[in-house]
Amino acid sequence: MRYLPHTDEDIASMLETVGAGSLDELFKDIPESCRRHEELHLPEAMTEWELNDLMLDLSKSMATSPEYKVFMGAGSYEHHIPATVPYLLGRSEFVTSYTPYQPEMSQGTLQGIYEYQTLVARLLGMEAANASLYDGASALAEALLMAIRITRRKKVAISSLIHPMYRQVVRTYFEPTDCQVLELPYLENGRTDLSPLKDMSEIAAVAVQSPNFFGCIEDLQDTGKRTHEKEALFITCFTEPLAYGLLKNPGSQGADIACGEGQSFGIPPSFGGPALGMLASRMKYVRKMPGRLVGMTKDKEGRRGFVLTLSTREQHIRREKATSNICTNSSLCALAAAMYMASLGGSGLGELARLNYDKSEYLKEKLRKAGFRISFQSATFNEFVVEFPENFTATYKLLLDKKIVAGLPLKPFYPELMNHYLLCVTEVRTREEMDDLVREVKS
Amino acid sequence: MKEYFATTGLNLNEPLLWERGKKGRCGFSLPRRDVDSYPLDEELADRELNLPDLSEFEIIRHYTRLSQWNFGLDTGMYPLGSCTMKYNPKINEKLAGLNGFAGAHPLLPATLSQGALKLMVQLERFLAEITGMDAVSLQPAAGAQGELTGMLLIYTYHKMKGQRRSKIIVPDTAHGTNPASAALCGYRPVPVESTEQGILSPSSIDKVMDEDTAGIMVTNPNTLGLFEENLKRIAEIVHAKDGLVYGDGANMNAIMGIVDMGKTGVDVLHLNLHKTFSTPHGGGGPGSGPVCVRKHLEPFLPVPRVIEENGKYLLSDDFPHSVGELHAFYGNFGVMLKAYCYILSMGPGNLKKASQLAVLNANYIKEMLKDTFYLPYDRPCMHECVFSDRLQRDQKILTLDIAKRLMDYGFHPPTIYFPLVVNGAIMIEPTETESKEELDHFIEACKTIVKEAEQDPDLLRQAPKYCKVKRMDETEAARQPCLTG
Repeated sequence: MRYLPHTDEDIASMLETVGAGSLDELFKDIPESCRRHEELHLPEAMTEWELNDLMLDLSKSMATSPEYKVFMGAGSYEHHIPATVPYLLGRSEFVTSYTPYQPEMSQGTLQGIYEYQTLVARLLGMEAANASLYDGASALAEALLMAIRITRRKKVAISSLIHPMYRQVVRTYFEPTDCQVLELPYLENGRTDLSPLKDMSEIAAVAVQSPNFFGCIEDLQDTGKRTHEKEALFITCFTEPLAYGLLKNPGSQGADIACGEGQSFGIPPSFGGPALGMLASRMKYVRKMPGRLVGMTKDKEGRRGFVLTLSTREQHIRREKATSNICTNSSLCALAAAMYMASLGGSGLGELARLNYDKSEYLKEKLRKAGFRISFQSATFNEFVVEFPENFTATYKLLLDKKIVAGLPLKPFYPELMNHYLLCVTEVRTREEMDDLVREVKS
Repeated sequence: MKEYFATTGLNLNEPLLWERGKKGRCGFSLPRRDVDSYPLDEELADRELNLPDLSEFEIIRHYTRLSQWNFGLDTGMYPLGSCTMKYNPKINEKLAGLNGFAGAHPLLPATLSQGALKLMVQLERFLAEITGMDAVSLQPAAGAQGELTGMLLIYTYHKMKGQRRSKIIVPDTAHGTNPASAALCGYRPVPVESTEQGILSPSSIDKVMDEDTAGIMVTNPNTLGLFEENLKRIAEIVHAKDGLVYGDGANMNAIMGIVDMGKTGVDVLHLNLHKTFSTPHGGGGPGSGPVCVRKHLEPFLPVPRVIEENGKYLLSDDFPHSVGELHAFYGNFGVMLKAYCYILSMGPGNLKKASQLAVLNANYIKEMLKDTFYLPYDRPCMHECVFSDRLQRDQKILTLDIAKRLMDYGFHPPTIYFPLVVNGAIMIEPTETESKEELDHFIEACKTIVKEAEQDPDLLRQAPKYCKVKRMDETEAARQPCLTG
């Protein structure tokens, strides 16, 4: 086997050194009752050729762009990834290194993540960002737990327009705690209904997503104001960070913690993972933050360098008193996001975000003119909800056969929204594809 | 003088991203605009974004230079204990990049995602077979999330019986994630000490196990690299009080095809695909931490679960007692795929061989270095061995100095100062993919360093000499945190 370097002579001489008669003898301390006696029932070893064929075959059964025109976002977005990102990201010094516990030989990862933290903080208008969490969903759960640690209160209010799967993850994380998750309903205009806040007391945090699950842009400033009146922390969440290339950032609107998913930034969808949990906050809360942080410092000769820092928050030092149990996070995805942001730059990110907005407005207008109702009137970024006729399920299936995915049906997540579909248009969808979609849904 | 791997070479300086570039540059090919611009409420829009503008070539230079300051497993031996830094096969990287996988949207109808779902079902079966457990969830995104999932499974098991237990037993050799994961689930960790032999004794567990204790978290082989021989008896004690046994499978690389974890009494076990199953660590993730359970915990596994019905694969939420969801979608599919490819490339025989050779390599290092470094537990080890700096302390040389000096010889240092039960621990896990010659180089370097400690200890205290930077001021970094530029 090409991954195993030992020759028979190597094994023989090493066994002699350790004083064992055979490889089996190395395991003599293992009690008989714990042992496995038969061979593992697994497929026989494959050659590289056989594996290539098998995987190619499996991959062909997946519906992906460019063959399929996928008008679906909902937390996983198809964006163009510059050839430079996978090329640089594939450098084995980045890929095959461990968490940078030894800073002298990990300055590449450390500076790269320090830059990532900086770019994320600037994008979100926050003072500090961590080195990454698993995904947007766990980032939100961690942000809410962080607010509970800071305020020492036991209730959080989250918008029902936060991604439904994120809310599920929050409930999972909160189930064994003595803390409570309250949900804020939504208004007819597609924004969160904040009116129940007035009857809520002792709230640790209010969390909304913007753009929210319906693609609508929330009034963050107003939400922030009303949250702070309750002396609660204001948490904003996102599934599409590209929106902040165009929209006012969470920090400028009063957010105390901003968190969400960074997959849009140079990370392929990969059937939902690996992804990138982004989390940023005001500096005064940084000691309550979960996850790793890279800080700038000097070496003993005074040269600039970077280290993992504030690790007394973390599990390997604080054990059960740590701010989170997270260890391995999403470092390589964070590096991809930094490379992507650097490739676009401030100017490019603004332009790309504007193009996403304009394209999705184009489709929205086309559909409206074709006689379909746009379900919510609030401004959107690159996703919006449309109501299709009652018999649309059949059309949707027909369109799948024509390799068009006409959005995500919302009924499984919001039972009241029968026949409503969440559509997404990024820069990769062309005008022609949008025209085709409108023609097909009309017929 | 013997020639070592490390040598001096050009190490280029490289500024921070925003110290480079000029306003107006762009490193991205923006798509052609084929629609008009639409009005946007100015109340919502922002001023210019404060990100640096760079050209494509500047970005290439920047990250290429950064990468050269990093030491990867492909650069040289990386014997980090408990991290299983084995070779990451390149074919797996290529296959994960296939458009059908990398480009797949997670919410497409199951009929359009059969390949990914089939792969997940098969990987679950492979992992069940390798561990000897009954059912698997691939959803946890890393080992620590696998631990949390395990804690939630145990919590739900007792909740179904109308109980809320408040404690869990965690041995002193456990990884820090164990007590942290337990605490996230509301459990108070009860520490127990290991014996002079470095393993747990049934009597110490018997003393603390009661009906308010949810169970025990056991890493086996443990972080001293020793097999917990009494695990079966310990499991009986825990089970007698209706507690459950959580197995931390971080060290599974020692026992594939050799131990049947199902038989040891473990009820739930997590694996790290980025350790045992060869997926790269990426400088700190992404990983993947599947949980494997015995039959009685299967109803509680996270949803959605991937199921097979009449040769078709689908996702199902229809498990009313499930602990719920832990990931926005189904976990780190891109990592699962690489582990799947690894298992298929290895086959049953080579997986067992890998464990045998991992244990052989660790024992070889232990035997060759036991007169060089102090060996607190002198007995056959599994996949890793733990030494300490006790013999060097007379020269006022500490583990840290030895670790830093190893860099000058072209090796990544071992895990240091862990496990906590060994003062000044040096924890070495070579893995099976290092050849005998490579191990001999490493052993030779360790012996040379120990001689240097006697003859010229400053060489160690000043180390590393050849890296991009010298030792860093970590105290200042924490006192005055500078986290963004």
